[in-house]
Amino acid sequence: MKSVFTVLLVVFIPVLLVAQQQVEMADTMRSEGKIYAVVAIVLVILLGLIAYLVMLDRKVSKLEKQMKG
Amino acid sequence: MKKTWWKILSVVLLTYTVVGGLLMEVPRLNIVNETVRALYFHVPMWFGMAVMFLISMVYAIRYLRKPSVEADVYSVEFANTGLAYGILGILTGMIWANYTWGTPWHGDPKQNGAAVSLLVYLAYFVLRGSVQNDEQRAKLSAVYNVFAFTAMIPLIFIIPRMTSSMHPGSGGNPGFNMYDLDSKMRMVFYPAVIGWILLAGWIATVRIRFRIVSEKLDEQSI
Repeated sequence: MKSVFTVLLVVFIPVLLVAQQQVEMADTMRSEGKIYAVVAIVLVILLGLIAYLVMLDRKVSKLEKQMKG
Repeated sequence: MKKTWWKILSVVLLTYTVVGGLLMEVPRLNIVNETVRALYFHVPMWFGMAVMFLISMVYAIRYLRKPSVEADVYSVEFANTGLAYGILGILTGMIWANYTWGTPWHGDPKQNGAAVSLLVYLAYFVLRGSVQNDEQRAKLSAVYNVFAFTAMIPLIFIIPRMTSSMHPGSGGNPGFNMYDLDSKMRMVFYPAVIGWILLAGWIATVRIRFRIVSEKLDEQSI
């Protein structure tokens, strides 16, 4: 019996693993490393907008200082 | 710049959100596939909106208890930033729905509820624009603000959960528990929520400070 179980397990483990992998994801894109281009683009936009906000913030600070003076 | 530590925290968390959100592992789920990553960007918009509207209501109540120009400015600008987040939330939701539900507007209870509450807040700005007297405008809109917030809570957070909605957490659909299976998603999701909320607060406070400076300039010129 034991050996039958072992055989079944050995046969079915790869099947289970394949079943998990069957949901389609962007695996090819990731393996080609193109995802890093997307990360870089989104980061540039995010950090660019934040830099813009920092500049606005500084401008308002300057105005506030002028008001006090 | 004023009080910079939480602004830096916001930048750090958002940078981590983009890098981790696009590169870290997510559960392999049918239909949503890779779009599950939109969770890190679409959902925080609504969290941010709700927080901004809550702060806006707090200042509206403060105004009603003790009227001041500052309380009114705070209330308006937090509502303004919240509305901007809400519009981004609904647009990103439509893009996501188009790929997972088949149409941009599915008539989903949560989608409809979100649209109605955005209209309620748009009407807040219409109301403000239609009153000439400063004090009357502030008072009326503060009262309206309290009603707008109390309408938003059931529209977005309660009714969709009681009916059948395609959104997670509604009508027997699994909520965030669905992602409990994968604690890796939480490791990006929670920082993302905090980061986006802090960014909204940053934008709102810059707008508030600008408004207060320009109000003071107006006073001086009179």
